[in-house]
Amino acid sequence: MHITRRTLGTAVLALALGGLFAGCSSTKLDEAPVESRTVPTDGATAGAGAAGAGGSGAGTAQSSVATVDLSKSGAGAASGPLSQRVVFFEFDSFVVKDEYRPMLEAHAKALSANRSKRMMLEGHTDERGGREYNLALGQKRSEAVLRTLVLLGVQDGQLEAVSFGEERLAQPGNDEAAHAKNRRVELKDK
Amino acid sequence: MQGPLLAVDQKTQPVSVIRRTRPASSPPSWQRRRFVGALAAAAAAPAAAQFRVEITGIGGTQIPLAIATFRDEDKAPVPVSAIVRADLQRSGLFRMVDAPGAFDEISRINMAEWRGRGADALAVGSVSRLADGRFDVRFKLWDLVKGEELVGQSHAALPADMRLAAHRIADSIYQNLTGERGVFSTRIAYVTRAGNRFQLHVTDADGEGGQIALASPDPIISPAWAPNGKELAYVSFESQKAVVWLQDIASGKRNMLANFRGSNSAPAWSPDGRELALTLSRDAVAQLYLMSRDGGAPRRITNSQAIDTEPVFTPDGRQIYFVSDRGGGPQVYRMPAGGGNAERVTFSGNYNISPAISPDGRTLAYVTRQGGAFKVMVQEVAGGSPAAITDTSDDESPSFAPNGRLLVYTSRAQGRDVLMTTTLDGKIKSRLLTTGADMREPAWGPFGR
Repeated sequence: MHITRRTLGTAVLALALGGLFAGCSSTKLDEAPVESRTVPTDGATAGAGAAGAGGSGAGTAQSSVATVDLSKSGAGAASGPLSQRVVFFEFDSFVVKDEYRPMLEAHAKALSANRSKRMMLEGHTDERGGREYNLALGQKRSEAVLRTLVLLGVQDGQLEAVSFGEERLAQPGNDEAAHAKNRRVELKDK
Repeated sequence: MQGPLLAVDQKTQPVSVIRRTRPASSPPSWQRRRFVGALAAAAAAPAAAQFRVEITGIGGTQIPLAIATFRDEDKAPVPVSAIVRADLQRSGLFRMVDAPGAFDEISRINMAEWRGRGADALAVGSVSRLADGRFDVRFKLWDLVKGEELVGQSHAALPADMRLAAHRIADSIYQNLTGERGVFSTRIAYVTRAGNRFQLHVTDADGEGGQIALASPDPIISPAWAPNGKELAYVSFESQKAVVWLQDIASGKRNMLANFRGSNSAPAWSPDGRELALTLSRDAVAQLYLMSRDGGAPRRITNSQAIDTEPVFTPDGRQIYFVSDRGGGPQVYRMPAGGGNAERVTFSGNYNISPAISPDGRTLAYVTRQGGAFKVMVQEVAGGSPAAITDTSDDESPSFAPNGRLLVYTSRAQGRDVLMTTTLDGKIKSRLLTTGADMREPAWGPFGR
């Protein structure tokens, strides 16, 4: 939930900046065709810098549009792996996938650098099945992330693995797309 | 006329409940029941109209019973005879026979005429307002087959206790006609969710007359009644993790029982009320522990490399049934209550959870997954094949009535979680009052209030 809002916020910012830039350029083009090449280009660079550090919109042409795809985890993230705070799991799986390695390494580094920093790891499941059994399954996921972080050098006492089971779905719905978004562990500062 | 009424009467002598009409000046003790504070106001129920029972299915042997509308019951805050009728219908043991006309407990009854309508028994009664603001509810039950009065009672009840008075009358009729104790005056706890508002409710066994024991912006799950019916244990996520709380129902006083590192969940009371079994993740992902109801150090009673959860004591307190996925998928197991060798109990299907044991210890109810569907199953503990008793596909959380004749469980209808009761043979089902919110996690309370 936390992450979703954050990502959305970034995306909204990107869109807002994009819109601002587009507005400027059209005005400038009408009024001063010569300057339009430079001023909007600077603007475009600034806009891309703010919106697209995730690597999606580095074009300099005036007509370029940076696509922000919210369905891709981490898209539009402005500040690298530390800003990623959700680990998704396959169906009936408790294995932390390799793709989350850079993200967890970054968090491990930050936690190791500051031993007073604490983090909650919240495990979640999709909505199918019993509430108590799902609570335990979510716990199994958060413990898996905890073990990974400890192996990466974080002190056990800096972390607490908990679970919400199926009680806090990130995305309601009965299809696999929704289920996949719900099978997750969220990393939260304590 | 060898009706079921006769057969039942031969089997069981009517017991102590039978009382002749007594003066209103000796009120029974139950009417002194205290009421939960502030939120109770919400329970000032919008009387008659909302009342209905949705029954599906048809039972085998049903006693044909007529219940006349009580004289002057429209002066009471609740529709007394309608509540009594609905209670008895929900039990699956009675078939309601129309009872036109005006009668009360002192009317002369023409037995032959009522038998001609097909009734084996008839209940009549009246409601009158007492000078102190209470209501005097009187009723009489006639055995039309034997041509005799079975019971006559008078209850003086506060206006707020009128629903309870009606349930007591239903219990009396049930016991006199079946020889078994009725559960209509017991209570059910359940959780509602509307948006991000979670509420733990305590209601009459028909789902009505509800009062809110806990309201929270965070999830609440797994309510469990103390055997004395005065306290609830439950899991609340209010501190952003699963913590087990105990709460006194009448006063609202509550305290944390288990708030260890990780998750704390699935509380179950021992039959003597002194201990709780629960699931903690402090030493491993999910293992079972015993704790004193007064807190203190938990004692671990399972040692598996798997998930062990959802403990429930047998009524004799000697064994604990629980769910474990030590064999792969989740299955129901049982073991000695103090820990020890666990024995697998469910074998069909690869996902069996949420065990409940009947009050006589003979029947196990649980939820099984069949394909993508979740169904309530019932099987004899002594051995026997499991039987599906629902035809719905999203069932959860079965809980036995204290007389073992009904189960309450969560199902899904029109996109909402709803509470259903069913007889153990699955033949008579009824949906409890719907509120527009999702209703879930039902727990049927013990006898007595």
